Amino acid sequence: MKEILHYIKKNKFAYTSLYVLGILYFLAVFADFISPYPFDLQHRDTPYHPPTQIHFFDREGNFHLRPFVYGYRLVDPVFKRYEIDYSRKYPVYFFVEGERHYLLGFIPTSRHLFGVKEGRIFLLGADHLGRDIFSRLLYGGRISLSIGIVGVLVSFTIGAIVGGISGYFGGKVDNILMRIAEIVMSFPGFYLMLALRAVFPITLSSVQVYFLIVIILSFIGWAGLSRVIRGMVLSIREQDFVLAAKSYGASSLRIITRHIIPNTFSYLLIAATLSIPGYILGESALSLLGLGIQEPYASWGNMLAAARSISAISQYPWILAPGVAIFITILSFNLLGDALRDALDPKLRKNL
Amino acid sequence: MFLYILKRLIQMVPLVIGITFISFLIIQMAPGNYLDQLKMNPQISKETLKELERAYGLDQPLLVQYFKWLINALTFDLGYSFSYHVPVVELIKERIGNTLFLSITSAVLAWGLAVPLGIWAALNPNRWIDRFIQLFSFTFMSIPNFFLAFLLLFVAVKTGIFPTGGATSPNYDQLDFWGKLLDRLWHVSLPAFVLAIGSLAGLVRLVRSAMIEALQSEYVMFARAKGLPERLVIYRHAFRNALNPFITLLGFEIANLLSGAALIEIIVNWPGMGMLMLDAVLSQDLYLVMGGLYIGAIMLIIGNLIADVLLAKLDPRVRQREVEGVLK
Repeated sequence: MKEILHYIKKNKFAYTSLYVLGILYFLAVFADFISPYPFDLQHRDTPYHPPTQIHFFDREGNFHLRPFVYGYRLVDPVFKRYEIDYSRKYPVYFFVEGERHYLLGFIPTSRHLFGVKEGRIFLLGADHLGRDIFSRLLYGGRISLSIGIVGVLVSFTIGAIVGGISGYFGGKVDNILMRIAEIVMSFPGFYLMLALRAVFPITLSSVQVYFLIVIILSFIGWAGLSRVIRGMVLSIREQDFVLAAKSYGASSLRIITRHIIPNTFSYLLIAATLSIPGYILGESALSLLGLGIQEPYASWGNMLAAARSISAISQYPWILAPGVAIFITILSFNLLGDALRDALDPKLRKNL
Repeated sequence: MFLYILKRLIQMVPLVIGITFISFLIIQMAPGNYLDQLKMNPQISKETLKELERAYGLDQPLLVQYFKWLINALTFDLGYSFSYHVPVVELIKERIGNTLFLSITSAVLAWGLAVPLGIWAALNPNRWIDRFIQLFSFTFMSIPNFFLAFLLLFVAVKTGIFPTGGATSPNYDQLDFWGKLLDRLWHVSLPAFVLAIGSLAGLVRLVRSAMIEALQSEYVMFARAKGLPERLVIYRHAFRNALNPFITLLGFEIANLLSGAALIEIIVNWPGMGMLMLDAVLSQDLYLVMGGLYIGAIMLIIGNLIADVLLAKLDPRVRQREVEGVLK
């Protein structure tokens, strides 16, 4: 583990990505405290409000120690065009009183990291119901960021166990398990995802949908991994320590889970880091089509669903913000996974 | 070679049966069926419903339904679509051309650019062009392609250089042949570009590392030592050896021609298989979904077969092991 960290520290891209991911997960965990508004609070009078810039200097060039935002006036209610009203200044306060929430799920408080006492603050603008996109982005991160990790954990557990059993026992068991894996791998992935989603009713509670998405993505994802693990196990099972374990009478299950799979750990770690983006994308794709996380709950995918209307993208481009968040997350995981591969797989390091 | 192909085809049969049977099970697991929607309609009598049930074979046990479907599917009779009331084959025929046109255009774009760029980067490791290509591939590998589609749609609306939906202009029928071709290419450009960028980014990295590995090998050193011109060293020795994994990849590419573009098709309103399948799944159009998955499986078989044959043609080691081994 120490060695891994050492390699990551040497690679400045990977080190930065580790920090970026740390910040993203931190923001998601403390979303209710950091975001100025709850994810479902609607401001019906300000649909598609543009992002409010934070100012230190007013129009006359006077410096204000306390940053402020200007008020906005709706000038065109049909096309939702706004104009800055320079006469109204709203100072931004820290630890401001707002909606009540439970920090970390159990500490009741109504303080928010920042906010305005009057007027509105929309760092990334508002959506069609006047909900703050910045707040929804943080809450959506909870779903989008965690689904990658949960999905990978589930499918890698299945993949490692199936691959381990298949490689260790060989013969008929191997044959049957690998044929099944082959069949799952041969499905057109996207169609399979749609078909599996259709097995369950469209209207489910958001917790159910969350786990449903994990199950669907894991169902598709375990097969490829189990084949690779099987190949590795084939060579590991011939080694002396496996023979030693057998000779003192360890059960097959114990040998697979305690001796063989831990030896594939470094590969699993690399593969897991590089697979998380796939799960995040899978969730986004389902939610984007309206088959995943349902309103009013936010996920990066279902926030982007608003961008499916071409006129909305062209007039209110800030609704694309979740896409940028997805991009940053995936880029970080890719850079990190690449650095891990270089660190743990010396054969590949030579070439790059 | 013929025997080899035959052997490969026979190996695929259980795969097709497995895929279709699992899809059948999945769709049957879905609550209710298409007729449930009709039952809500008071204008449709019980007798008509019974009639329909019998006509579609929905009153028979699962296995019987499946085998009936499978036997018909072998002759490309994929049954009737419940919601469109036309044979599934007709529907797929209508859409498959558009999807293939889009995927093939984007695949040609991606491969046509990835191979030269990858070689270029591999020949100048760690120079600016290599770094630029690496940066490009890393960035675009990480941009979700639906997000790229949104960004390009935004550009398209703002500038009007791309059309924003559909496969043809409204006045398509009045155009002459070249006009039609241009119109199609113009409409395909945006989604094809989105899809191509994504796969180009991944491919270029692979080409680069495969080429670097080949260039470091001893046979390349030997070819250089005996004084072959650099061009021959690169293209005849290094490149041909670096090619093998890409032929397998090409097989995957062919297998993915149908479903790989589905999400982008839905986003940019491209009248292809993606939309059709989404609708079919949502309305539980059993035979339409099955048809889509079946055609997908066939594409996979064709893709794998082409890859295997090409690999045997190009690599004497594979040929010896696989093809001549069969004949003995």
